[in-house]
Amino acid sequence: MTAAPVTAADTVATSLPSLAPAAWARLGAHPVPAIEARGLRRTFGTMVAVDALDLTVERGEIYGFLGPNGAGKSTSVRMLCTLLRPTGGRATVAGFDVVRDATQVRLRVGVALQEAALDAGQSGRELLELQARLFALPGSSARRRIAELIELVDLGDAIDRRVATYSGGMRRRLDLALALVHEPEVIFLDEPTTGLDPVSRRQVWTEVRRLNEHEGVTIFLTTQYLEEADALAGRVGIISGGRLVVEGTPDELKRSVGRDLVVVTIDGEMTPAHEALRALDLVERCEAMGDELVAAVASGPAAVPRIASALDGLPLTIREISVRRPSLDDVFLEVTGARIGASAAAVR
Amino acid sequence: MSASLDPTIAGAAPTAAMADRLSLREARRAGLLRDLIAVARRAVRQVVREPAAIIPALVIPVFFFVVNVGALQKLAGAAGTTDYAAFQLPVAVISAVTGVSRANALVTDIATGYFERLLLTPVNRLALLLGLMVADLVVVAALCLPVLVLGALAGVSFATGPVGIFAFVAVAAAWGVAYTGLPYAIALRTGSSAAVASSFILFFPLLFLTTAFVPKVALSGWLATVSDLNPVTYVLASLRSLVSDGWQAGPLLQGLAAIAMVGTISITLAFAALRGRLAGR
Repeated sequence: MTAAPVTAADTVATSLPSLAPAAWARLGAHPVPAIEARGLRRTFGTMVAVDALDLTVERGEIYGFLGPNGAGKSTSVRMLCTLLRPTGGRATVAGFDVVRDATQVRLRVGVALQEAALDAGQSGRELLELQARLFALPGSSARRRIAELIELVDLGDAIDRRVATYSGGMRRRLDLALALVHEPEVIFLDEPTTGLDPVSRRQVWTEVRRLNEHEGVTIFLTTQYLEEADALAGRVGIISGGRLVVEGTPDELKRSVGRDLVVVTIDGEMTPAHEALRALDLVERCEAMGDELVAAVASGPAAVPRIASALDGLPLTIREISVRRPSLDDVFLEVTGARIGASAAAVR
Repeated sequence: MSASLDPTIAGAAPTAAMADRLSLREARRAGLLRDLIAVARRAVRQVVREPAAIIPALVIPVFFFVVNVGALQKLAGAAGTTDYAAFQLPVAVISAVTGVSRANALVTDIATGYFERLLLTPVNRLALLLGLMVADLVVVAALCLPVLVLGALAGVSFATGPVGIFAFVAVAAAWGVAYTGLPYAIALRTGSSAAVASSFILFFPLLFLTTAFVPKVALSGWLATVSDLNPVTYVLASLRSLVSDGWQAGPLLQGLAAIAMVGTISITLAFAALRGRLAGR
């Protein structure tokens, strides 16, 4: 199943009036996408981590890259931010080829990988200063920017303490600040909230939105949390087995599953029940998952009595029937045949 | 899913030069020298903050010097070496500077991901290694100082005077840095601190299968042959010539040649290992 139900490119193109295409036109150039990958591929020995990834992220978007562990999310990010050389295909970020013009890409992207990458023996300020030096920021700009970032990530006086004394949340925030020192155009956040407590997670979300809205920074965010993609991303791509299997706005993707879902939990034989529901004309699709049957219908309340009577007389008992709106997890189930993970429970 | 995109867009990507001209952003490449200084500053700061890491390099030479001089002085005197403290001072300084490097810190950077954080900057890749070696140069030169004080206390005087002392430190420090390529190569190749620590084993044959204890004429059979092939023999000879004999071009040039040879091999290995680590990237 690889067909994308929606193409978001047209809706996105109209949402970029602030980019002043005329300015680019005077230079004889078109606004280039923030990220563009064509047939991007990476193998490790015989293992295919990323297989022919096609992806376009326009400037100013927040793009959510969603998938379970091992789907190829991190490998994709590492190729796009120049840490890993693609085995095949090509990609440009901020208009520059990630292999040929890697340095130009590095000047324009900020990256916070899954684990905060810090030197515990230095202070937060020292790490920020080193970062500013390596990006050749002039002294006055560096001082201004570092002061801004300390404020932004809320590290206060701790900034002059050694990183070894920081909590996990503080390390993440410092790591984010390091990624922002040179005012990047595109930011890659690889599972930025994995392992964070809910309060820190909200702080990161707020910051991501602020960077996007106020500074026009394009954000490429990988996550295995569906609610995170739903809350932040304007557009979501789902990756599974190294391939982008579906892409669109969260609403479009959810609508593609069906307007309502009726979930029936049963004790008894699944197969006849599954077939009975499939036979109903008002059921658009029906998936069986454990002891649950999930039926996509136009209107949940109208469908419940018909579904209940269709199951009547079969060798089973209905434990529960409920109606809910589709979640991104349902999209994931639909396109990959598997649920994304335990976190799905949280978004129900 | 993205087939609707204009395929010509990528062809219009701005060139690097165009982007640099246009860009209002301040971020740019700092250049090799500034990168080097930035990397070296951090490395020196690490040494100052964790002096424990260089304590062995301070203690071992003092130990060798005191023990060797105490145990062997009379024997050496009987064999015709008049000033055995002067003879041992170069051994002490070589044992102080050999194997001192930031290789363990580099392994830590690789393990924590901070090395990747640095790779994500436009830093010149060579500066990531050369910067550490600059820091090593500062550290090993500093490590020579306590050895010199020790020598002065033992009554060793330099036949070449104050300039000779400077040359002595310069030769010893050059040797120290030439050797660091080996631990860096191991660090970059393996990313393992245990492997880096085991490189210390190399230190023993290098330091002891040589003229560390007695002059060349007194070495017997196989040891004489091995010591002829050991570059440390020539480094020791050049340092001893500075202490005891005055300015002599022969031993000095041979010492420098030995340092250049070891440096070329070890630093080539280190940069090959760096390229190897960057190759998959």
